[in-house]
Amino acid sequence: MEDILNAIVLLSNFVIVPGLAYGAQLALGALGVTLIYAVLRFSNFAHGDLMAFGTMAVILVTWTFQSVGISAGPVPTALLALPFGILAAIGISLLFDRSVYKFYRTKKSPPVVFVIASVGVMFMLNGIVRFIIGPGDQNFSDGGRFLIKAREFKEMTGLNEGLAIKTSQGITIIVAFLVMIALFWFLQKSRTGKAMRAYSDNEDLALLSGINPDRVVLYTWIIAAALATIAGTLYGLDKSFKPFTYFQLLLPIFAAAIVGGIGNPLGAIAGGFVIAFSEVTVTYAYKKFLIYLGPEGWAPDGLVQLLSTDYKFAVSFVILVLVLLIRPTGIFKGKVI
Amino acid sequence: MKYLTAENMTGGYGGADILHSCTITVEEGEIAVIVGPNGAGKSTAMKAVFGMLPLREGRVTLGGEDITHLTPQDRVRAGMGFVPQTNNVFASMTVQENLEMGAYIREDDFADTMAQVFDLFPILKEKRNQPAGELSGGQRQQVAVGRALMTRPKLLMLDEPTAGVSPIVMDELFDRILEVAATGIAILMVEQNARQALNIADHGFVLVQGQNRFTDTGAALMADPDVRKSFLGG
Amino acid sequence: MKLPVPAQFAIMGLLLVLVGIFQSWSVALAILNLCLISSVMALGVNIQWGYAGLFNVGIMGFAALGGVGAMLVSVPPVREAWAAGGLQVIGSGLLVLAVIAAVVFARRTLEGRTRSLATVALVAGGYFLVRAVFDPAVDAIEAVDPAKSGFLGGLGLPIIFSWGIGGVFAAGAAWVVGKIALGLRSDYLAIATLGISEIIIAILKNEDWLTRGVKNVSGLPRPVPLEINLIQSPWFTDLSARIGADPVAFAGIFVKLCYAALFTIVLLAILWLSQRALHSPWGRMMRAIRDNRDAAEAMGKDVTKRHLQTFVLGSAVVGIAGAMLVTIDGQFTPGTYNPLRYTFLIWVMVIVGGSGNNYGSVLGGFLIWFLWIQAEPAGLWLMNVLTMPLAEGSALKAHLLQAAPHLRLFLMGLILLLVLRFSPRGLIPEETGRKAA
Repeated sequence: MEDILNAIVLLSNFVIVPGLAYGAQLALGALGVTLIYAVLRFSNFAHGDLMAFGTMAVILVTWTFQSVGISAGPVPTALLALPFGILAAIGISLLFDRSVYKFYRTKKSPPVVFVIASVGVMFMLNGIVRFIIGPGDQNFSDGGRFLIKAREFKEMTGLNEGLAIKTSQGITIIVAFLVMIALFWFLQKSRTGKAMRAYSDNEDLALLSGINPDRVVLYTWIIAAALATIAGTLYGLDKSFKPFTYFQLLLPIFAAAIVGGIGNPLGAIAGGFVIAFSEVTVTYAYKKFLIYLGPEGWAPDGLVQLLSTDYKFAVSFVILVLVLLIRPTGIFKGKVI
Repeated sequence: MKYLTAENMTGGYGGADILHSCTITVEEGEIAVIVGPNGAGKSTAMKAVFGMLPLREGRVTLGGEDITHLTPQDRVRAGMGFVPQTNNVFASMTVQENLEMGAYIREDDFADTMAQVFDLFPILKEKRNQPAGELSGGQRQQVAVGRALMTRPKLLMLDEPTAGVSPIVMDELFDRILEVAATGIAILMVEQNARQALNIADHGFVLVQGQNRFTDTGAALMADPDVRKSFLGG
Repeated sequence: MKLPVPAQFAIMGLLLVLVGIFQSWSVALAILNLCLISSVMALGVNIQWGYAGLFNVGIMGFAALGGVGAMLVSVPPVREAWAAGGLQVIGSGLLVLAVIAAVVFARRTLEGRTRSLATVALVAGGYFLVRAVFDPAVDAIEAVDPAKSGFLGGLGLPIIFSWGIGGVFAAGAAWVVGKIALGLRSDYLAIATLGISEIIIAILKNEDWLTRGVKNVSGLPRPVPLEINLIQSPWFTDLSARIGADPVAFAGIFVKLCYAALFTIVLLAILWLSQRALHSPWGRMMRAIRDNRDAAEAMGKDVTKRHLQTFVLGSAVVGIAGAMLVTIDGQFTPGTYNPLRYTFLIWVMVIVGGSGNNYGSVLGGFLIWFLWIQAEPAGLWLMNVLTMPLAEGSALKAHLLQAAPHLRLFLMGLILLLVLRFSPRGLIPEETGRKAA
């Protein structure tokens, strides 16, 4: 019995808790991608770099706060800085929308032109972020490191295995949950949110109904930039901030959005968790887990790891391909392709 | 001058003119139908009335006000409601949300308008929380008409409302349209099913190649042997 | 107002000459060589995008496959490693094929639930079986002199052959990717190719038995003479004496010229073939499909098959360029592949040069690579000027100077957006059959 409990705790510690946190981060990123796809109708390749930009702004404000002695006690100072980062990300998104995307929108250019334009924006954002904060790793988390420490957990329960929950993981899950609720309330209940859905569903009819497309686009960028900054900051707190890593997050985020059904917010959330848990479960070494569950004295050869952690991109990709082949509209029906 | 008067409309989509001095008029509480063979410019004439086609000549007035240069959105504010032939509902949104979106430009309380729409189309009240995309073809048309009614238009335009629905559903839809007209709204529709449409119409406009060929009351057109022979299949 | 094409190329040449005069000829030639390779790569992408409208964001992966081709062809085989685990690796390769065959057989013969169960059982069983053979072999290979080798090595053939092999590698991968992803709409193809290129890089970085991974394979044989041998040969010292050059400096330039000659031959050959293809009935059909897919399909063209052809051909050209790149570097370094440099920069070249025009891609390849290299000193110079008023030793000044190189990413984005906005057809627009149709 105790072995089974140990095995469960072990799995929670290394698979379930990290998977939940990572899944929430991906989901927030994918929500931004999916909203832009639903309203502006293109895959935004600059989304990873928008996350990096917003997070960078959060880090800079965090450092300023730290240097003048403002802190949030047990939770990271970055949470106080978050609104400022969101404002910065919204500002730059709207700047790029006015100067770049609006032109093509008025011209009704095909989606691929928007995608190429977003590659240009990606380069520029990438350059800006590296110019300001540099290409290296930045650690900006402070406050308490753990909600539950492994040692405390062991003492509390008397088990061999400890369950550690990092503050950043706890905050990620709580913040992501609140943000998602707020977003769904907005989309389902508010007049502007409904207008966004209507515009995404049927642009011509939305125009006939007197919905102002500029306003819908404005709100979409505001929400996407806010989501990107929140996702980026949570990821940075949980792991660390490095511009190139954020650029690379683009792939799992796209995978999440497509797997869930692109254009469908619920799908983006489901997709984020599917991708995160697949990555974590496939790259986890199950040796110790099996020792607990197997007969006394037995141990498997090797680490029992399905794939090395370096192949985590491959996992998102394989799931992506499978979904595209079996159910091209995603788990939840997204935009019909 | 009638409530809607669109006179001498001439124009096309950039290239050659599709409409040649075409005139369409409707009075409040009446039903006017545009009929004619394929490619006669029926839908184009209606789009011109709604401001979706640039006019080289002619003018459109609504309630005596010149609206020739207004955008379609502004014409909605001026009192026009338009139901496109296809993609005329928000398929992923519920029936009620579709109606709410119809009322998007209204700042006042539209609860009583929604109640009226539900009275007119009781099935919509029953299915108010279902996504419009899951409804049958006829029910979807009711949603589309209901959505357009939410702005309380003075003129309702329907582009082939019975396209692709069964004859029974068609009869029901026409009944509903008569009811809408009875509330004092002017109705202008384009119809393929010329015979049935003229039956309920106060006025009919027979278009051929973008020009008015015959204009008369519905009953008179039905009785006219030339119209019968050429457009109503004998 | 547009400059005629020869004038545009002349200006490009002049820019390189100016670098030669004001910086050094060695730098100018180094830039030229990379310009040539970039042009080949851009041509490959243009075949996919310009001819067929395929949006491939996995260029990096195909270039890396070309690079691994160059490495595997040229490095001598490591006999100890082959003895340690070569047979087992080959055996596990055969096992993989056997498992695939078994799965295919099971799916053909069985039905319903048994079919799904058999598939899962075969895949799972096969996976563990392969791992059981493969893992010890890999450990054995990687244990052979890990500091210097620890991999199977290659064929030990002259590296020049590898350019073709690199193309074949890339083409093979492109066929598989294309089979899966080409039926999808453009955004999805982009994301699928983005994914596959990351996977290819991950494999090259981690399968040490094949590529030494991040330990790199350096000292690849060269297709041109070594500088040291040149300096020691009498004909070369004579030659440098005759033109009055320092033999050591001249040797470096001479080697770069040899590379440039080889690359130019490849570039011209591919350019010629691309032009022939573009103006053949095949090329016209491709453009017809690109411009109106539905009409082409209605006329009975097998669009997906044509797209697959173009995708494979374009990727092969990218693979050739990737092999050439590894050749001139003289080393294979999986850790240095970065999508910004190897995928998105190539896109800037194609768009700026002019989608659908081969000469445009060549010019774009030259110009963008030139700017990419020169933007770094230019950014530094700009920052030096801008920070002039700041006090010496101020932290801000130090930061700005140190961060200046990153400005080139910003510049590339800016160029791409400006061209896309104000000259969407690029420097040398696509030739349309009839003027003002």
